[in-house]
Amino acid sequence: MNYEELLIQLIKEDERIVVMTAENRAAIRNLPDIIKDRFIDVGIAEQTMIGMAAGLALRGRIPIVHSLAAFLTMRAFEFIRTDVGIGNLPVKLVGAVPGFLSDGNGPTHQAIEDISLMRSIPPVNIFCPSDEEDMLLGMREVILHPSPFYIRYNNLKPAVEHNTGFRIGKAEVISEGRDIVILTYGILLKEAVEAAGILQSEGRSVGVINLRTLKPIDEELLKSICLSEVLVVTLEDHFITGGLYSILSECLVKDKIRCNVLPVALENKWFKPALLPDVLEYEGFTAEKIAGRINNELIKLSKREEYSI
Amino acid sequence: MKKKSKKELEETAFRVREHIIRLATDGGCFIGASLSCADLIVYLYNNFLNINKDNLNHPERDYLFLSKGHDVPALYGTLAELGIIEKERLKNHLKTNDFIYWHPNTRIPGIEYHSGSLGHLLSVSMGVAKDCLLKNQDNKVVVILGDGELNEGSVWEGLLVASAHKLNNMVAVVDRNQFQANIRTEELIPIEPLEKKFESFGWTPYRCNGHDFDDLEKTFSKLPFRENRPSVIIAETIRGKGLPSIESRADRWFCNFTHDEIDHLLQELHSKVKTDLKSETLTVR
Repeated sequence: MNYEELLIQLIKEDERIVVMTAENRAAIRNLPDIIKDRFIDVGIAEQTMIGMAAGLALRGRIPIVHSLAAFLTMRAFEFIRTDVGIGNLPVKLVGAVPGFLSDGNGPTHQAIEDISLMRSIPPVNIFCPSDEEDMLLGMREVILHPSPFYIRYNNLKPAVEHNTGFRIGKAEVISEGRDIVILTYGILLKEAVEAAGILQSEGRSVGVINLRTLKPIDEELLKSICLSEVLVVTLEDHFITGGLYSILSECLVKDKIRCNVLPVALENKWFKPALLPDVLEYEGFTAEKIAGRINNELIKLSKREEYSI
Repeated sequence: MKKKSKKELEETAFRVREHIIRLATDGGCFIGASLSCADLIVYLYNNFLNINKDNLNHPERDYLFLSKGHDVPALYGTLAELGIIEKERLKNHLKTNDFIYWHPNTRIPGIEYHSGSLGHLLSVSMGVAKDCLLKNQDNKVVVILGDGELNEGSVWEGLLVASAHKLNNMVAVVDRNQFQANIRTEELIPIEPLEKKFESFGWTPYRCNGHDFDDLEKTFSKLPFRENRPSVIIAETIRGKGLPSIESRADRWFCNFTHDEIDHLLQELHSKVKTDLKSETLTVR
């Protein structure tokens, strides 16, 4: 099953669901012919799409709206905040090519502040699947949930086998570690798992967490990891401001928890436009480079410990 | 629906204007824009829309969305006159124990959706209209836009999409009171000729006198103006209508009068003798 087939199934089961797009049909090419008038294409008009989605939701519908993540979350931001957010309407915002997935499009198309923006709207929740399988595991619950959701669409091939059932607000523990735990979401799970493999071959014990929903976040798990005296790595294709690193920091400050955190994120600049593997290489997000950054951090930390002795 | 006579409508509109004036103190309100669309809102609720206190949540009721939300005192007054909210409640204006403030919100029965940020409720009402069509229901969906609000790009984006989707159950009404906040529309961002603009965006326009109940009846009874097309009514109005001392004055946008001035203005509504207003008006809100 793919994303489109899942939507068809849900639409058949639930008459409330309508599918909208701002002329972005990449993931839903066959839907118009199959679901007919429950497919609504507004053209390249993200603001109008969100306003209409709010109106449809006022009438009891669950609109699943599609656009490129950058334009959905930024062009239509105030419409999401005001028309969907204030009314707490069950509109599902599916953002295509988020983060590094915008490949060679350039900064105009880079949604790397989308999580920061969406999580600032009180009722909007966020789902960042690590791959297509992960997305399909969570989509039904996310769509049928009564609150608005932002979904970082990701149809890449599975990075790992997902053995944990999906629950909103619960992370998937891929592996546990005594020295390092990598917290991540979205497409970088694959690099995280491979980076963990490299570090393990060097004798480290490395855990990897697939967070799945960034809002609500699995606070309990984050806290227990941070209290276990490991190096916590936040790995994300997002600006360092407002994403996972911020979420974790807020969580730690709130509960007065001290721990070593290494953020691996985009720092204050848009990324080099290129095809995905080259972006990862250039920006330092391949498994090898991530493992290298973690090793450097461990060296720094051990030196600091020597001094403190 | 039993329609009201012109005289009854005029009496109701008079009382609505009294409510509006009483809200223009102890914090104030956007009195000018409220007075310009008061007749329009009174007409719509009494003689056009199927909305009453018993069907506020019924899926086959008609819908009215106030996109230029700062004129909400006219709606508060109308809802109070219809018995949808208690008149006493208007005394809670700007009080923290209630939800009656400068812009509409759904905590007030009869208010379909919140607004305040301009350029939003056209598209929201389009979603409602679309769903009514999907369900083969013949609800009417009316959205009131300000003429200044037509500066917003999202309005024109919505107009294009509404006509593409043939939302023929939609009526946009422009409260054409000639002003944006403190400047005449035609002096800042000229919007005329509006008929040509709307027509070319796929809507069928009609202009009428927004204070003349006969003309409103004549115009609204022609709806929909054309098959398979949304309709737009440009209602020519006067900002501050009913109070000669503030009518069509650029500086009387948001007003916060003294209690004394309010008493005089209530008199003025009867006598049309201008009040000597001392209170400053705000140009930023």
